[in-house]
Amino acid sequence: MTSSTAGAAMNVSAKVCVQEAPFDLAAEARALSAGRGDVGAVVTFTGLVRDMGGPEGSAMTLEHYPGMTEKALREIAAEACARWPVAGCTVIHRVGRLAPGDEIVLVATASRHRQAAFDAAAFLMDYLKTRAPFWKKEETAEGARWVDARETDDAAAARWG
Amino acid sequence: MRVMYFAWLRERVGLGAEEIETGAATVADLVEELRAREPRYAAAFADMRAVRVAVDQETTDLAAPLAGAREVAFFPPVTGG
Repeated sequence: MTSSTAGAAMNVSAKVCVQEAPFDLAAEARALSAGRGDVGAVVTFTGLVRDMGGPEGSAMTLEHYPGMTEKALREIAAEACARWPVAGCTVIHRVGRLAPGDEIVLVATASRHRQAAFDAAAFLMDYLKTRAPFWKKEETAEGARWVDARETDDAAAARWG
Repeated sequence: MRVMYFAWLRERVGLGAEEIETGAATVADLVEELRAREPRYAAAFADMRAVRVAVDQETTDLAAPLAGAREVAFFPPVTGG
């Protein structure tokens, strides 16, 4: 597990983490507003493994590029903090073997008003899906196969300019 | 120089990372050098449209120069999230 927290300008805290262990959604959300009175909105997104009907219910294994992954996530988080007036953001991505229903990714953002938190969270997910070096290998009835990248994900990231 | 392979590129090459002595000027030159070396590399680099590259952990392209580079990684388009 690797984790880093970097304080930037405007008292913004960005936390990125790559880990095998599950995360605690409620604890991560609470941490974004703990001890500060300027946070009026916390938005969280959780990505789950869907059941695609494989032999063991479509378990998957997530591979990543240690070092570059954390660097890419830090850059994406810094970009979100620069684009929107957010008080903080947290990105946690799990790796290793995950089963349907398991949580894969958490993005949480905090801001004074809700729109910045909503937008920053959507941006973080769109950029993460197209820029962070993770790869999914699905277990299907025909055997294990690497998941193909989706053009819709590129389009989603492109809308942020 | 450390050369790394991820996902199906790792499987085709048969290893995740190796140290390579090379005089390749660009990523494209390195790919050509590896392709000529053994069929497993030719298989991994058969369709470069499906391959992405990072030099020293920054995403770049085949034209990127390798002068001073410590680490080159080859991988398919990312599918996290």
